[in-house]
Amino acid sequence: MTAVTADSQEAYEAVFDAAVAADERIEPRDWMPDAYRATLVRQIAQHAHSEIIGMQPEANWITRAPSLRRKAILMAKVQDEAGHGLYLYSAAETLGASRDELLDKLHSGRQKYSSIFNYPTLTWADVGAIGWLVDGAAITNQVPLCRCSYGPYARAMVRVCKEESFHQRQGYEALLALSRGTPAQHEMAQDAVNRWWWPSLMMFGPPDDESAHSAQSMAWKIKRHSNDELRQRFVDICVPQAESLGLTLPDPDLRWNEERGHYDFGAIDWSEFREVLKGNGPCNDQRITQRRRAHEEGAWVREAATAYAEKHSDRTTGGTSGKTGEATA
Amino acid sequence: MTTTLHTAALALGDDALVLSHRLGEWAGHAPVLEEEVALANIALDLLGQARVLLSLVGDEDELAFLREERAFRNAQLVEQPNGDFAHTIARQLYFSTYQRLLYGRVAATAPDTGDETRETLRGLAAKAVKEVAYHQDHAEQWTLRLGDGTQESHDRMQTACDALWRYTGELFQPLDGLDVDWRELEADWLTSVAAVLDRATLSLPEGPRATGWTAGAGRQGLHTEPFGRMLAEMQHLHRSHPGASW
Repeated sequence: MTAVTADSQEAYEAVFDAAVAADERIEPRDWMPDAYRATLVRQIAQHAHSEIIGMQPEANWITRAPSLRRKAILMAKVQDEAGHGLYLYSAAETLGASRDELLDKLHSGRQKYSSIFNYPTLTWADVGAIGWLVDGAAITNQVPLCRCSYGPYARAMVRVCKEESFHQRQGYEALLALSRGTPAQHEMAQDAVNRWWWPSLMMFGPPDDESAHSAQSMAWKIKRHSNDELRQRFVDICVPQAESLGLTLPDPDLRWNEERGHYDFGAIDWSEFREVLKGNGPCNDQRITQRRRAHEEGAWVREAATAYAEKHSDRTTGGTSGKTGEATA
Repeated sequence: MTTTLHTAALALGDDALVLSHRLGEWAGHAPVLEEEVALANIALDLLGQARVLLSLVGDEDELAFLREERAFRNAQLVEQPNGDFAHTIARQLYFSTYQRLLYGRVAATAPDTGDETRETLRGLAAKAVKEVAYHQDHAEQWTLRLGDGTQESHDRMQTACDALWRYTGELFQPLDGLDVDWRELEADWLTSVAAVLDRATLSLPEGPRATGWTAGAGRQGLHTEPFGRMLAEMQHLHRSHPGASW
Protein backbone atom coordinates (compact mmCIF):
# COMPACT_ATOMS: atom_id res chain seq x y z
CA MET A 1 0.00 0.00 0.00
CA THR A 2 1.32 3.42 -0.92
CA ALA A 3 1.59 6.10 1.71
CA VAL A 4 -1.33 8.48 1.82
CA THR A 5 -0.18 12.06 1.58
CA ALA A 6 -1.94 14.82 3.45
CA ASP A 7 -3.56 16.03 0.23
CA SER A 8 -4.88 12.69 -0.84
CA GLN A 9 -6.10 12.02 2.71
CA GLU A 10 -8.20 15.16 2.43
CA ALA A 11 -9.46 14.13 -0.97
CA TYR A 12 -10.50 10.70 0.37
CA GLU A 13 -12.25 12.34 3.29
CA ALA A 14 -14.13 14.67 0.99
CA VAL A 15 -15.38 11.74 -1.10
CA PHE A 16 -16.42 9.87 2.04
CA ASP A 17 -18.19 12.87 3.56
CA ALA A 18 -20.03 13.53 0.30
CA ALA A 19 -21.16 9.90 0.10
CA VAL A 20 -22.47 10.02 3.68
CA ALA A 21 -24.17 13.37 3.06
CA ALA A 22 -25.86 11.95 -0.06
CA ASP A 23 -27.12 8.94 1.93
CA GLU A 24 -25.04 6.58 -0.18
CA ARG A 25 -23.84 3.34 1.33
CA ILE A 26 -20.22 2.88 2.33
CA GLU A 27 -19.02 -0.55 1.20
CA PRO A 28 -16.11 -2.69 2.49
CA ARG A 29 -13.65 -1.68 -0.25
CA ASP A 30 -14.37 2.05 0.04
CA TRP A 31 -12.00 4.32 1.89
CA MET A 32 -13.32 5.27 5.33
CA PRO A 33 -11.88 7.19 8.30
CA ASP A 34 -10.08 4.92 10.80
CA ALA A 35 -12.36 6.13 13.57
CA TYR A 36 -15.47 5.28 11.51
CA ARG A 37 -14.09 1.78 10.96
CA ALA A 38 -13.23 1.37 14.65
CA THR A 39 -16.63 2.61 15.82
CA LEU A 40 -18.42 0.24 13.48
CA VAL A 41 -16.29 -2.74 14.50
CA ARG A 42 -17.03 -1.97 18.13
CA GLN A 43 -20.76 -1.49 17.60
CA ILE A 44 -21.30 -4.46 15.27
CA ALA A 45 -19.20 -6.76 17.45
CA GLN A 46 -21.12 -5.77 20.57
CA HIS A 47 -24.32 -6.29 18.69
CA ALA A 48 -23.15 -9.77 17.65
CA HIS A 49 -22.04 -10.57 21.21
CA SER A 50 -25.48 -9.51 22.47
CA GLU A 51 -27.13 -12.05 20.18
CA ILE A 52 -24.84 -14.80 21.46
CA ILE A 53 -25.07 -13.98 25.16
CA GLY A 54 -28.78 -13.30 24.67
CA MET A 55 -29.30 -16.95 23.84
CA GLN A 56 -28.59 -17.90 27.45
CA PRO A 57 -31.48 -16.36 29.39
CA GLU A 58 -33.98 -17.84 26.94
CA ALA A 59 -32.25 -21.18 26.44
CA ASN A 60 -32.59 -21.46 30.22
CA TRP A 61 -36.27 -22.31 29.61
CA ILE A 62 -36.09 -24.57 26.54
CA THR A 63 -36.06 -27.76 28.60
CA ARG A 64 -38.95 -26.54 30.77
CA ALA A 65 -41.27 -24.94 28.22
CA PRO A 66 -44.84 -25.79 29.25
CA SER A 67 -46.23 -26.97 25.90
CA LEU A 68 -44.69 -28.48 22.78
CA ARG A 69 -45.85 -25.53 20.70
CA ARG A 70 -44.12 -23.03 22.99
CA LYS A 71 -41.04 -25.21 23.11
CA ALA A 72 -40.80 -25.23 19.31
CA ILE A 73 -41.24 -21.44 19.15
CA LEU A 74 -38.55 -20.89 21.77
CA MET A 75 -36.07 -23.26 20.13
CA ALA A 76 -36.60 -21.56 16.78
CA LYS A 77 -36.01 -18.21 18.40
CA VAL A 78 -32.77 -19.20 20.09
CA GLN A 79 -31.63 -20.71 16.80
CA ASP A 80 -32.40 -17.42 15.02
CA GLU A 81 -30.28 -15.57 17.57
CA ALA A 82 -27.27 -17.75 16.80
CA GLY A 83 -27.93 -17.00 13.13
CA HIS A 84 -28.08 -13.25 13.82
CA GLY A 85 -24.77 -13.54 15.63
CA LEU A 86 -23.30 -15.18 12.53
CA TYR A 87 -24.59 -12.45 10.16
CA LEU A 88 -23.22 -9.75 12.44
CA TYR A 89 -19.78 -11.32 12.87
CA SER A 90 -19.66 -11.57 9.07
CA ALA A 91 -20.55 -7.88 8.79
CA ALA A 92 -17.77 -7.03 11.29
CA GLU A 93 -15.33 -9.17 9.28
CA THR A 94 -15.90 -6.98 6.20
CA LEU A 95 -14.18 -4.25 8.23
CA GLY A 96 -11.07 -6.35 8.75
CA ALA A 97 -11.87 -7.84 12.16
CA SER A 98 -11.98 -11.63 12.63
CA ARG A 99 -14.64 -13.58 14.48
CA ASP A 100 -12.03 -15.35 16.62
CA GLU A 101 -10.47 -12.08 17.69
CA LEU A 102 -13.88 -10.57 18.52
CA LEU A 103 -14.95 -13.64 20.50
CA ASP A 104 -11.67 -13.46 22.36
CA LYS A 105 -12.47 -9.85 23.29
CA LEU A 106 -15.91 -10.89 24.51
CA HIS A 107 -14.48 -13.75 26.58
CA SER A 108 -11.84 -11.54 28.16
CA GLY A 109 -14.30 -8.74 28.95
CA ARG A 110 -12.67 -6.25 26.56
CA GLN A 111 -15.88 -5.90 24.55
CA LYS A 112 -19.36 -5.60 25.97
CA TYR A 113 -22.78 -6.96 25.16
CA SER A 114 -26.21 -5.56 25.93
CA SER A 115 -26.76 -4.94 29.66
CA ILE A 116 -30.19 -6.56 29.49
CA PHE A 117 -28.84 -10.09 29.30
CA ASN A 118 -27.34 -9.82 32.76
CA TYR A 119 -30.80 -10.23 34.26
CA PRO A 120 -32.05 -13.73 35.14
CA THR A 121 -35.08 -15.52 33.66
CA LEU A 122 -36.83 -16.68 36.82
CA THR A 123 -40.17 -17.86 35.46
CA TRP A 124 -41.65 -18.97 32.17
CA ALA A 125 -43.33 -15.57 31.82
CA ASP A 126 -39.88 -14.00 31.53
CA VAL A 127 -39.58 -15.64 28.12
CA GLY A 128 -42.72 -13.78 27.01
CA ALA A 129 -41.58 -10.52 28.61
CA ILE A 130 -38.22 -10.76 26.84
CA GLY A 131 -39.99 -11.30 23.53
CA TRP A 132 -42.35 -8.38 24.03
CA LEU A 133 -40.13 -5.83 25.78
CA VAL A 134 -36.53 -6.76 25.05
CA ASP A 135 -37.09 -7.67 21.41
CA GLY A 136 -39.41 -4.67 21.13
CA ALA A 137 -36.67 -2.35 22.37
CA ALA A 138 -34.15 -4.06 20.09
CA ILE A 139 -36.40 -3.51 17.07
CA THR A 140 -36.94 0.15 17.95
CA ASN A 141 -33.15 0.49 18.02
CA GLN A 142 -32.48 -1.59 14.94
CA VAL A 143 -35.07 -0.47 12.42
CA PRO A 144 -33.23 2.86 11.92
CA LEU A 145 -30.00 0.84 11.53
CA CYS A 146 -31.47 -0.63 8.33
CA ARG A 147 -30.59 2.80 6.88
CA CYS A 148 -27.15 2.93 8.50
CA SER A 149 -24.42 4.37 6.26
CA TYR A 150 -22.37 1.16 6.29
CA GLY A 151 -23.89 -1.22 3.73
CA PRO A 152 -23.10 -4.66 5.22
CA TYR A 153 -24.44 -3.63 8.63
CA ALA A 154 -27.58 -2.09 7.14
CA ARG A 155 -28.26 -5.24 5.10
CA ALA A 156 -27.72 -7.51 8.11
CA MET A 157 -30.20 -5.37 10.03
CA VAL A 158 -32.89 -5.82 7.39
CA ARG A 159 -32.72 -9.60 7.83
CA VAL A 160 -32.42 -9.41 11.61
CA CYS A 161 -35.38 -7.02 11.99
CA LYS A 162 -37.71 -9.26 10.01
CA GLU A 163 -37.05 -12.18 12.33
CA GLU A 164 -37.04 -10.05 15.47
CA SER A 165 -40.48 -8.64 14.68
CA PHE A 166 -41.76 -12.17 14.44
CA HIS A 167 -40.25 -13.05 17.83
CA GLN A 168 -41.69 -9.93 19.36
CA ARG A 169 -45.22 -10.82 18.27
CA GLN A 170 -44.75 -14.33 19.61
CA GLY A 171 -43.57 -12.96 22.96
CA TYR A 172 -46.58 -10.68 23.15
CA GLU A 173 -48.87 -13.57 22.31
CA ALA A 174 -47.26 -15.77 25.00
CA LEU A 175 -47.80 -13.04 27.60
CA LEU A 176 -51.38 -12.57 26.45
CA ALA A 177 -52.08 -16.28 26.98
CA LEU A 178 -50.69 -15.97 30.52
CA SER A 179 -52.49 -12.74 31.27
CA ARG A 180 -55.81 -14.30 30.22
CA GLY A 181 -55.02 -17.62 31.87
CA THR A 182 -55.41 -18.71 35.48
CA PRO A 183 -54.84 -16.18 38.30
CA ALA A 184 -51.44 -17.77 38.93
CA GLN A 185 -50.48 -17.36 35.28
CA HIS A 186 -51.66 -13.74 35.25
CA GLU A 187 -49.60 -13.00 38.33
CA MET A 188 -46.57 -14.64 36.72
CA ALA A 189 -46.97 -12.40 33.66
CA GLN A 190 -47.31 -9.23 35.73
CA ASP A 191 -44.29 -10.11 37.86
CA ALA A 192 -42.17 -10.65 34.75
CA VAL A 193 -43.21 -7.31 33.24
CA ASN A 194 -42.43 -5.61 36.56
CA ARG A 195 -38.90 -7.02 36.50
CA TRP A 196 -38.14 -6.44 32.78
CA TRP A 197 -39.64 -2.98 32.21
CA TRP A 198 -36.86 -0.77 33.57
CA PRO A 199 -33.96 -2.88 32.25
CA SER A 200 -35.64 -2.70 28.80
CA LEU A 201 -35.68 1.10 28.94
CA MET A 202 -31.96 0.99 29.77
CA MET A 203 -31.31 -0.84 26.49
CA PHE A 204 -31.41 2.52 24.68
CA GLY A 205 -28.26 3.55 26.48
CA PRO A 206 -27.42 6.53 28.67
CA PRO A 207 -29.35 9.82 28.40
CA ASP A 208 -28.32 12.02 25.47
CA ASP A 209 -26.22 14.41 27.53
CA GLU A 210 -24.08 11.48 28.79
CA SER A 211 -23.78 9.46 25.60
CA ALA A 212 -20.12 9.46 24.57
CA HIS A 213 -20.37 8.25 20.97
CA SER A 214 -23.72 9.68 19.94
CA ALA A 215 -22.81 12.93 18.19
CA GLN A 216 -20.13 11.40 15.98
CA SER A 217 -22.27 8.34 15.15
CA MET A 218 -25.12 10.60 14.13
CA ALA A 219 -22.84 12.72 11.96
CA TRP A 220 -21.64 9.53 10.23
CA LYS A 221 -25.23 8.33 9.88
CA ILE A 222 -24.46 5.14 11.73
CA LYS A 223 -27.06 6.29 14.19
CA ARG A 224 -30.19 8.10 13.07
CA HIS A 225 -31.91 9.04 16.33
CA SER A 226 -30.72 9.86 19.82
CA ASN A 227 -31.02 7.41 22.73
CA ASP A 228 -33.70 9.48 24.44
CA GLU A 229 -35.70 9.85 21.22
CA LEU A 230 -35.79 6.09 20.69
CA ARG A 231 -36.58 5.44 24.34
CA GLN A 232 -39.55 7.81 24.13
CA ARG A 233 -40.75 6.13 20.94
CA PHE A 234 -40.58 2.75 22.71
CA VAL A 235 -42.54 3.95 25.76
CA ASP A 236 -45.22 5.43 23.50
CA ILE A 237 -45.59 2.08 21.71
CA CYS A 238 -45.60 -0.04 24.88
CA VAL A 239 -48.22 1.75 26.97
CA PRO A 240 -51.22 0.88 24.77
CA GLN A 241 -49.83 -2.63 24.25
CA ALA A 242 -49.65 -3.15 28.02
CA GLU A 243 -53.26 -2.01 28.26
CA SER A 244 -54.44 -4.51 25.70
CA LEU A 245 -52.42 -7.20 27.46
CA GLY A 246 -54.29 -6.40 30.65
CA LEU A 247 -51.00 -5.75 32.47
CA THR A 248 -49.60 -2.66 34.15
CA LEU A 249 -46.18 -1.06 33.77
CA PRO A 250 -44.33 -0.51 37.08
CA ASP A 251 -44.04 3.26 36.89
CA PRO A 252 -46.29 5.51 39.01
CA ASP A 253 -45.15 8.57 37.00
CA LEU A 254 -46.26 7.17 33.67
CA ARG A 255 -48.97 9.35 32.14
CA TRP A 256 -50.01 10.88 28.83
CA ASN A 257 -48.75 14.39 28.24
CA GLU A 258 -51.20 16.12 25.92
CA GLU A 259 -48.88 19.03 25.31
CA ARG A 260 -45.89 16.93 24.20
CA GLY A 261 -48.02 14.29 22.52
CA HIS A 262 -45.97 11.65 24.35
CA TYR A 263 -46.06 9.65 27.56
CA ASP A 264 -44.10 11.09 30.46
CA PHE A 265 -42.31 8.47 32.47
CA GLY A 266 -40.36 8.20 35.71
CA ALA A 267 -36.63 8.50 36.27
CA ILE A 268 -34.40 5.58 35.33
CA ASP A 269 -32.03 4.26 37.98
CA TRP A 270 -28.79 5.02 36.15
CA SER A 271 -26.66 3.83 39.04
CA GLU A 272 -28.04 0.32 38.48
CA PHE A 273 -27.28 0.64 34.76
CA ARG A 274 -23.68 1.65 35.46
CA GLU A 275 -23.21 -1.22 37.90
CA VAL A 276 -24.51 -3.74 35.37
CA LEU A 277 -22.22 -2.31 32.67
CA LYS A 278 -19.27 -2.53 35.07
CA GLY A 279 -19.94 -6.23 35.47
CA ASN A 280 -21.83 -6.16 38.75
CA GLY A 281 -25.28 -7.11 37.48
CA PRO A 282 -27.07 -10.27 38.68
CA CYS A 283 -25.77 -12.59 35.92
CA ASN A 284 -22.65 -10.97 34.44
CA ASP A 285 -20.27 -13.61 35.80
CA GLN A 286 -22.58 -16.48 35.01
CA ARG A 287 -23.10 -15.38 31.38
CA ILE A 288 -19.41 -14.92 30.59
CA THR A 289 -18.40 -18.06 32.45
CA GLN A 290 -20.84 -20.18 30.45
CA ARG A 291 -19.73 -18.59 27.16
CA ARG A 292 -16.08 -19.15 27.98
CA ARG A 293 -16.71 -22.69 29.09
CA ALA A 294 -18.61 -23.56 25.90
CA HIS A 295 -15.71 -22.15 23.89
CA GLU A 296 -13.00 -23.92 25.89
CA GLU A 297 -14.81 -27.23 26.04
CA GLY A 298 -15.37 -27.01 22.29
CA ALA A 299 -11.70 -26.36 21.49
CA TRP A 300 -10.94 -30.03 20.74
CA VAL A 301 -13.89 -30.15 18.32
CA ARG A 302 -12.69 -27.10 16.40
CA GLU A 303 -9.15 -28.49 16.36
CA ALA A 304 -10.46 -31.78 14.98
CA ALA A 305 -12.30 -29.98 12.18
CA THR A 306 -9.17 -28.02 11.27
CA ALA A 307 -6.96 -31.13 11.33
CA TYR A 308 -9.45 -33.03 9.18
CA ALA A 309 -9.68 -30.16 6.66
CA GLU A 310 -5.88 -30.05 6.37
CA LYS A 311 -5.62 -33.79 5.84
CA HIS A 312 -8.34 -33.88 3.24
CA SER A 313 -7.95 -30.59 1.39
CA ASP A 314 -5.79 -32.03 -1.42
CA ARG A 315 -7.77 -35.21 -1.71
CA THR A 316 -11.19 -33.55 -1.94
CA THR A 317 -10.34 -30.78 -4.36
CA GLY A 318 -8.27 -33.12 -6.51
CA GLY A 319 -10.68 -35.99 -6.32
CA THR A 320 -13.91 -34.25 -7.20
CA SER A 321 -12.79 -31.76 -9.82
CA GLY A 322 -10.13 -33.84 -11.50
CA LYS A 323 -8.07 -30.67 -11.88
CA THR A 324 -5.41 -31.42 -9.32
CA GLY A 325 -3.23 -28.54 -10.44
CA GLU A 326 -5.70 -25.91 -9.31
CA ALA A 327 -5.80 -26.91 -5.68
CA THR A 328 -2.22 -25.90 -5.07
CA ALA A 329 -1.88 -23.18 -7.69
CA MET B 1 -58.25 -46.45 13.60
CA THR B 2 -55.81 -49.19 14.31
CA THR B 3 -54.60 -49.45 17.87
CA THR B 4 -51.51 -51.39 16.84
CA LEU B 5 -50.42 -48.45 14.74
CA HIS B 6 -50.82 -46.26 17.80
CA THR B 7 -48.15 -48.34 19.50
CA ALA B 8 -45.75 -47.61 16.65
CA ALA B 9 -46.69 -43.91 16.46
CA LEU B 10 -46.17 -43.57 20.19
CA ALA B 11 -42.77 -45.26 20.11
CA LEU B 12 -41.53 -43.18 17.17
CA GLY B 13 -43.07 -40.02 18.59
CA ASP B 14 -41.38 -40.60 21.95
CA ASP B 15 -38.05 -41.21 20.20
CA ALA B 16 -38.31 -37.86 18.41
CA LEU B 17 -39.59 -36.00 21.48
CA VAL B 18 -36.88 -37.25 23.81
CA LEU B 19 -33.98 -36.79 21.38
CA SER B 20 -35.24 -33.30 20.55
CA HIS B 21 -35.21 -32.47 24.24
CA ARG B 22 -31.65 -33.71 24.65
CA LEU B 23 -30.49 -31.64 21.67
CA GLY B 24 -32.28 -28.62 23.12
CA GLU B 25 -30.00 -28.91 26.17
CA TRP B 26 -27.09 -27.92 23.90
CA ALA B 27 -28.46 -24.42 23.26
CA GLY B 28 -25.82 -21.95 24.35
CA HIS B 29 -23.21 -24.66 24.94
CA ALA B 30 -22.15 -25.76 21.45
CA PRO B 31 -18.47 -25.77 20.42
CA VAL B 32 -18.99 -23.33 17.56
CA LEU B 33 -21.81 -20.98 16.51
CA GLU B 34 -22.63 -22.98 13.40
CA GLU B 35 -23.37 -25.95 15.66
CA GLU B 36 -25.74 -23.88 17.79
CA VAL B 37 -27.72 -23.43 14.60
CA ALA B 38 -27.36 -27.02 13.40
CA LEU B 39 -28.24 -28.76 16.68
CA ALA B 40 -31.25 -26.50 17.25
CA ASN B 41 -32.34 -27.11 13.71
CA ILE B 42 -32.25 -30.88 14.16
CA ALA B 43 -34.01 -30.56 17.51
CA LEU B 44 -36.77 -28.55 15.87
CA ASP B 45 -37.24 -31.06 13.05
CA LEU B 46 -37.53 -33.85 15.60
CA LEU B 47 -39.97 -31.89 17.74
CA GLY B 48 -42.09 -31.32 14.64
CA GLN B 49 -42.11 -35.05 13.95
CA ALA B 50 -42.96 -35.79 17.57
CA ARG B 51 -45.94 -33.45 17.49
CA VAL B 52 -47.43 -35.12 14.41
CA LEU B 53 -46.84 -38.62 15.77
CA LEU B 54 -48.14 -37.93 19.27
CA SER B 55 -51.20 -36.17 17.87
CA LEU B 56 -52.07 -39.40 16.10
CA VAL B 57 -52.31 -41.07 19.48
CA GLY B 58 -53.94 -38.33 21.58
CA ASP B 59 -53.28 -34.82 22.89
CA GLU B 60 -49.60 -34.01 22.33
CA ASP B 61 -49.19 -32.06 25.55
CA GLU B 62 -50.98 -34.59 27.72
CA LEU B 63 -48.78 -37.30 26.27
CA ALA B 64 -45.57 -35.32 26.63
CA PHE B 65 -46.12 -33.73 30.01
CA LEU B 66 -48.45 -36.00 31.98
CA ARG B 67 -47.12 -39.49 31.39
CA GLU B 68 -44.66 -40.94 33.85
CA GLU B 69 -41.43 -42.64 33.02
CA ARG B 70 -42.88 -46.14 32.76
CA ALA B 71 -45.38 -45.06 30.10
CA PHE B 72 -42.80 -43.70 27.65
CA ARG B 73 -41.96 -45.96 24.71
CA ASN B 74 -38.80 -44.34 23.34
CA ALA B 75 -35.68 -46.40 22.77
CA GLN B 76 -33.07 -46.05 25.49
CA LEU B 77 -30.55 -44.70 22.97
CA VAL B 78 -32.28 -41.32 22.59
CA GLU B 79 -32.57 -40.68 26.33
CA GLN B 80 -28.83 -41.06 26.90
CA PRO B 81 -27.29 -37.85 28.27
CA ASN B 82 -25.48 -35.60 25.80
CA GLY B 83 -22.04 -36.23 27.27
CA ASP B 84 -19.33 -34.55 25.22
CA PHE B 85 -19.82 -33.53 21.60
CA ALA B 86 -18.60 -36.95 20.43
CA HIS B 87 -21.32 -38.72 22.45
CA THR B 88 -23.95 -36.45 20.99
CA ILE B 89 -22.67 -37.11 17.47
CA ALA B 90 -22.45 -40.89 17.96
CA ARG B 91 -26.01 -40.98 19.30
CA GLN B 92 -27.11 -38.87 16.35
CA LEU B 93 -25.29 -41.05 13.82
CA TYR B 94 -26.84 -44.24 15.16
CA PHE B 95 -30.30 -42.76 15.44
CA SER B 96 -30.54 -40.73 12.22
CA THR B 97 -29.30 -43.67 10.19
CA TYR B 98 -32.10 -45.74 11.73
CA GLN B 99 -34.71 -43.04 11.19
CA ARG B 100 -33.74 -42.51 7.58
CA LEU B 101 -33.88 -46.20 6.74
CA LEU B 102 -37.12 -46.72 8.66
CA TYR B 103 -38.97 -43.64 7.37
CA GLY B 104 -37.82 -44.46 3.84
CA ARG B 105 -39.52 -47.84 4.15
CA VAL B 106 -42.68 -46.48 5.79
CA ALA B 107 -42.98 -43.80 3.10
CA ALA B 108 -42.71 -46.50 0.44
CA THR B 109 -45.55 -48.66 1.78
CA ALA B 110 -48.69 -48.94 -0.33
CA PRO B 111 -51.37 -46.27 0.22
CA ASP B 112 -54.40 -47.34 2.24
CA THR B 113 -57.11 -44.71 1.93
CA GLY B 114 -59.33 -46.59 4.36
CA ASP B 115 -56.94 -46.02 7.24
CA GLU B 116 -56.39 -42.39 8.19
CA THR B 117 -53.74 -43.04 10.83
CA ARG B 118 -51.71 -45.12 8.42
CA GLU B 119 -51.95 -42.43 5.76
CA THR B 120 -50.88 -39.69 8.18
CA LEU B 121 -47.93 -41.81 9.23
CA ARG B 122 -46.97 -42.41 5.60
CA GLY B 123 -47.19 -38.68 4.90
CA LEU B 124 -45.09 -37.86 7.94
CA ALA B 125 -42.48 -40.42 6.90
CA ALA B 126 -42.30 -38.98 3.38
CA LYS B 127 -41.67 -35.48 4.75
CA ALA B 128 -39.42 -36.55 7.60
CA VAL B 129 -37.17 -38.70 5.46
CA LYS B 130 -35.90 -35.52 3.81
CA GLU B 131 -35.17 -33.94 7.18
CA VAL B 132 -33.45 -36.99 8.60
CA ALA B 133 -31.27 -37.27 5.51
CA TYR B 134 -29.83 -33.90 6.56
CA HIS B 135 -29.44 -35.08 10.15
CA GLN B 136 -27.64 -38.21 8.99
CA ASP B 137 -25.33 -36.20 6.75
CA HIS B 138 -24.53 -33.82 9.62
CA ALA B 139 -23.73 -36.73 11.95
CA GLU B 140 -21.63 -38.50 9.31
CA GLN B 141 -19.64 -35.38 8.51
CA TRP B 142 -18.85 -34.87 12.18
CA THR B 143 -18.05 -38.55 12.69
CA LEU B 144 -15.46 -38.21 9.93
CA ARG B 145 -14.02 -34.99 11.36
CA LEU B 146 -13.80 -36.27 14.90
CA GLY B 147 -12.69 -39.79 13.97
CA ASP B 148 -10.09 -38.62 11.47
CA GLY B 149 -9.22 -35.30 13.13
CA THR B 150 -6.74 -35.21 16.02
CA GLN B 151 -5.67 -38.07 18.29
CA GLU B 152 -7.85 -36.63 21.06
CA SER B 153 -10.94 -36.35 18.90
CA HIS B 154 -10.35 -39.83 17.51
CA ASP B 155 -10.17 -41.31 21.00
CA ARG B 156 -13.23 -39.43 22.19
CA MET B 157 -15.23 -40.50 19.15
CA GLN B 158 -14.23 -44.14 19.54
CA THR B 159 -15.15 -44.04 23.24
CA ALA B 160 -18.55 -42.56 22.40
CA CYS B 161 -19.27 -45.09 19.65
CA ASP B 162 -18.35 -47.93 22.01
CA ALA B 163 -20.35 -46.58 24.93
CA LEU B 164 -23.58 -46.18 22.98
CA TRP B 165 -23.29 -49.39 20.96
CA ARG B 166 -25.24 -51.49 23.45
CA TYR B 167 -28.32 -49.31 22.96
CA THR B 168 -28.52 -49.76 19.20
CA GLY B 169 -29.97 -53.27 19.00
CA GLU B 170 -33.24 -52.18 20.55
CA LEU B 171 -34.01 -50.02 17.55
CA PHE B 172 -34.76 -53.14 15.53
CA GLN B 173 -37.39 -54.66 17.78
CA PRO B 174 -40.41 -54.86 15.47
CA LEU B 175 -43.05 -52.20 16.12
CA ASP B 176 -46.60 -53.45 15.82
CA GLY B 177 -48.47 -52.18 12.81
CA LEU B 178 -45.44 -51.25 10.71
CA ASP B 179 -45.00 -53.45 7.66
CA VAL B 180 -41.22 -53.44 7.66
CA ASP B 181 -38.65 -56.19 7.29
CA TRP B 182 -36.82 -55.43 10.54
CA ARG B 183 -33.97 -57.87 9.93
CA GLU B 184 -33.23 -56.30 6.60
CA LEU B 185 -33.48 -52.84 8.20
CA GLU B 186 -30.93 -53.86 10.80
CA ALA B 187 -28.59 -55.31 8.17
CA ASP B 188 -28.77 -52.09 6.14
CA TRP B 189 -28.18 -50.03 9.26
CA LEU B 190 -25.09 -52.05 10.15
CA THR B 191 -23.70 -51.70 6.63
CA SER B 192 -24.24 -47.95 6.62
CA VAL B 193 -22.83 -47.29 10.09
CA ALA B 194 -19.87 -49.63 9.52
CA ALA B 195 -18.96 -47.80 6.31
CA VAL B 196 -18.97 -44.40 8.03
CA LEU B 197 -16.94 -45.63 10.98
CA ASP B 198 -14.45 -47.21 8.61
CA ARG B 199 -14.01 -43.97 6.64
CA ALA B 200 -13.61 -42.16 9.95
CA THR B 201 -10.73 -44.52 10.87
CA LEU B 202 -12.82 -45.84 13.77
CA SER B 203 -13.40 -49.47 14.55
CA LEU B 204 -16.84 -50.99 14.64
CA PRO B 205 -17.61 -51.57 18.31
CA GLU B 206 -17.84 -55.15 19.48
CA GLY B 207 -19.98 -56.55 22.22
CA PRO B 208 -23.65 -57.16 22.80
CA ARG B 209 -26.26 -55.00 21.16
CA ALA B 210 -29.34 -55.00 23.35
CA THR B 211 -28.86 -58.52 24.60
CA GLY B 212 -27.84 -57.55 28.12
CA TRP B 213 -30.47 -56.88 30.75
CA THR B 214 -29.66 -53.19 30.96
CA ALA B 215 -30.03 -52.21 27.35
CA GLY B 216 -33.03 -52.38 25.16
CA ALA B 217 -36.29 -52.31 27.08
CA GLY B 218 -37.31 -48.70 26.43
CA ARG B 219 -40.07 -49.85 24.10
CA GLN B 220 -41.53 -51.71 27.09
CA GLY B 221 -41.33 -48.60 29.30
CA LEU B 222 -38.18 -49.68 31.12
CA HIS B 223 -35.70 -46.83 30.95
CA THR B 224 -32.28 -45.84 32.22
CA GLU B 225 -31.78 -43.71 35.33
CA PRO B 226 -31.06 -40.34 33.69
CA PHE B 227 -34.45 -40.45 31.95
CA GLY B 228 -36.53 -39.79 35.08
CA ARG B 229 -34.54 -36.69 35.84
CA MET B 230 -34.94 -35.49 32.27
CA LEU B 231 -38.71 -35.88 32.54
CA ALA B 232 -38.80 -34.11 35.91
CA GLU B 233 -37.26 -31.05 34.29
CA MET B 234 -39.36 -31.26 31.14
CA GLN B 235 -42.68 -31.72 32.93
CA HIS B 236 -42.45 -29.70 36.12
CA LEU B 237 -43.94 -26.43 34.90
CA HIS B 238 -46.78 -28.03 32.99
CA ARG B 239 -47.62 -30.21 35.99
CA SER B 240 -47.46 -27.24 38.40
CA HIS B 241 -50.44 -25.63 36.68
CA PRO B 242 -53.02 -28.38 36.13
CA GLY B 243 -55.44 -27.61 33.34
CA ALA B 244 -53.80 -24.32 32.37
CA SER B 245 -53.29 -23.44 28.74
CA TRP B 246 -50.14 -21.76 27.50
